[in-house]
Amino acid sequence: MSVDLSQFLQTFFEESFEGLDTMESGLLELDPAQPDAETLNNVFRAAHSIKGGAGTFGLSAVSDFTHRMETLLDRLRDGKQAVTPDAVNVLLSAVDCLRGMLAAIQNDQALDADAISTAQRQLDEQLGQVPAGDAVPAPPQGAGGGHTAGPEGTPPRGSGPGGGGGGWWIRFEPQPHLFATGNDPRRLFQALQDLGELEVEADPSGLPPFEQLDPETCQLAWTLRLHADVDEAAVREVFEWVEDDARLEIRPLGAAGTEPAPVAEAGSAVASADEPPAPGGGAAPAAGDGRKPAARRGNAGGGGNSSSIRVDTEKIDALIDMVGELVITQSMLSQIGKEFTAERLEELQDGLAQLERNTRELQENVMRIRMVPISFAYSRLPRIVHDTSRALGKVVEFQMEGEQTELDKTVMEKIIDPLVHLVRNSVDHGIEAPEERAAAGKPETGTITIEAYHKGGNIIIEIADDGRGINRDKLLAKARSAGLVEDGSELPDEQIYDLIFHPGLSTHDQATEYSGRGVGMDVVKRNVRSLSGNISVRSSHGQGTTITISLPLTLSILDGQLFRVGDQTYIVPLVSVIESLQVDAGKVSRVTGRGEVYHWREGYVPIVRLHELFDTEPVRRELGGGLMVIVEDEETYLGVFVDDLLDQQQVVIKSLEANYLQVPGIAGATILGDGTVALILDIAGLIEMSRGGRRQPYIPEREDSDEAA
Amino acid sequence: MAKILAVDDSASMRQMVTYTLKQQGYEVTEAVDGTDALTKAKAGGFDLVITDVNMPKMDGITLVRELRGLPAFKFTPILLLTTESAPEKKQEGKAAGATGWLVKPFDPDQLVNTIKKVVR
Repeated sequence: MSVDLSQFLQTFFEESFEGLDTMESGLLELDPAQPDAETLNNVFRAAHSIKGGAGTFGLSAVSDFTHRMETLLDRLRDGKQAVTPDAVNVLLSAVDCLRGMLAAIQNDQALDADAISTAQRQLDEQLGQVPAGDAVPAPPQGAGGGHTAGPEGTPPRGSGPGGGGGGWWIRFEPQPHLFATGNDPRRLFQALQDLGELEVEADPSGLPPFEQLDPETCQLAWTLRLHADVDEAAVREVFEWVEDDARLEIRPLGAAGTEPAPVAEAGSAVASADEPPAPGGGAAPAAGDGRKPAARRGNAGGGGNSSSIRVDTEKIDALIDMVGELVITQSMLSQIGKEFTAERLEELQDGLAQLERNTRELQENVMRIRMVPISFAYSRLPRIVHDTSRALGKVVEFQMEGEQTELDKTVMEKIIDPLVHLVRNSVDHGIEAPEERAAAGKPETGTITIEAYHKGGNIIIEIADDGRGINRDKLLAKARSAGLVEDGSELPDEQIYDLIFHPGLSTHDQATEYSGRGVGMDVVKRNVRSLSGNISVRSSHGQGTTITISLPLTLSILDGQLFRVGDQTYIVPLVSVIESLQVDAGKVSRVTGRGEVYHWREGYVPIVRLHELFDTEPVRRELGGGLMVIVEDEETYLGVFVDDLLDQQQVVIKSLEANYLQVPGIAGATILGDGTVALILDIAGLIEMSRGGRRQPYIPEREDSDEAA
Repeated sequence: MAKILAVDDSASMRQMVTYTLKQQGYEVTEAVDGTDALTKAKAGGFDLVITDVNMPKMDGITLVRELRGLPAFKFTPILLLTTESAPEKKQEGKAAGATGWLVKPFDPDQLVNTIKKVVR
């Protein structure tokens, strides 16, 4: 029989990475003063599972390494060794190292031998095997190449002294409770039969009188004669599980008394090691079909990078339900279609309405498959807080809320880095040193909270700290000196705080603290924007900062408002649409160098004529009496002048960049029901473009409006 | 063909065990921990239970003890998947009523050979 073990590797990697996350969060939770037994046990169990799987799937380097972690964890768990912050840190580093090893193996890369031997040395030091700073133990053998040795060596067959070519005489006297462990003498005898010819003789002498017979206990004994050319170990192995529950005596046939060994004459007296296995692949594993190296790693599941997703069976059941309904609707419609008459029009319309409902529900449920809880993105954060606060000598309590809030898997994967950056920032810049906090009358322990929740079609993630907050005046002064804000002009607070996202304004005087970080707030903002999300900041000097990220639940479907300009159809995301109105010519003003603005509500909004922007032929050029859609992005408004408003509908977003090239002001495209392509507008991009013509780089819209008024 | 309940909290191990046994023609039901296994076992009809020891919620040894308390599982073979690092689990398992054990790491051949010791 051959089973290709590499097919299970992908699952092994996935569950191992999950196990590592469990270990990491468990270790971070551990309070060395009062280690929680259950937490330790969970961490131990995760290590234990990884070790077991690695051994099974032939990754010996991984199982060797994990064995050390497991041993240390076992000692901590049993109280044989104290849980110290050092031990926790060594284990955390080991988690990192192991994660690296698994990733390397998964991607078919070389293992980092230095990192592994360092982590192993640290573990050994904790285990007391190597005095601190002493010799490094031998690095592990190749990248999970060989197999760990089998648990117990398979006994060689058909050799050894007394290894009777003549067979074996066996006396088996089980204890009465044998059946209670699910062992059945008949199965043992069958296993022996697989080795050769077997004579069975029951010894009823132990049986009580009939009325005292108990069918649930074993009161018989047996004498067996096995005529087979096998060694004693093979016979003993059959009895391996019952040896402790029975009196067992095994002697070579012929030597054991009354009966001569009949097969001894058959001329097969010479035992040979390469004897073919007994027919039926008996109880004892034959030497020839022992363990095969399972290490066919790297190309598991057709490429180690293939991403998979775990889906609740509930979601799948819902899908199956939906599909069932769809099938019913379909058969109803085809029934109507077969014998259609004008009288059945209403029936047809009902059927179509039902089809629409089915399709929508199916679509919603299919989308739900991609939705995963945000806890996955949270998982790295406690470690970041732990490490950063330790390095900076700060005391921080980190709280996570809304872990079960779901969002699209792709969105989630892409939001992890920005979240890490923001949380690290909060520890680094937000939370003050304990002395500083005490001096300000705050508790020495700072608090950082991350919270996720759904709001409308979006998921909101808030990262709040109770630290020193952003120094508004300092920030503004810096923006002025960098030429980002005009001298003398005043900005509302929210726009001042927004300046932290400006690429030219990463808080320079703190560059040392940032050093080695690589990304700034502008990158965070860009990442969020690339997910069609928004990011904003609120802060109160001395009291803390809250960063709010708003993300769409999914990237691939959009509720859109369709409209027409010339012969083109465009789409704006429905969430961006504030109002559609008929243009009152009296409310249009022209501002020199700024184009047209429209007096709307209490302010002015810039007007964008799409036909000018995209160089197409409109039906209408006259603003007065025409239609305008007011759209919003991050509380900035824009009036889009259109020929005609069409339907609202859900559209599937296709990337324009992947299929053509990136076009400013266009977020993507979609294919409409009639087969034509419609462009989806990028509102944020349009707003940038409408600002583009201006000389001042950063002047708020409201100020424009005031000037215009 | 015999019906087997395979219990392991590790998805890859479950996959491996299930795949191997199904290839041999056995009917396999999976459970993710002792509690799950006990629920599924109560639905009945298994000829063999093969369970990991170290699992969340309910460990394998407790599961053995619980199963032995069910009339339907009084004499059903139950195999433990132990590790060489915890040999004492064999005896603990035996005391709880386990039929036998298979030591991890094992390969599919060893699994099949072991299974054949208890189900035919």
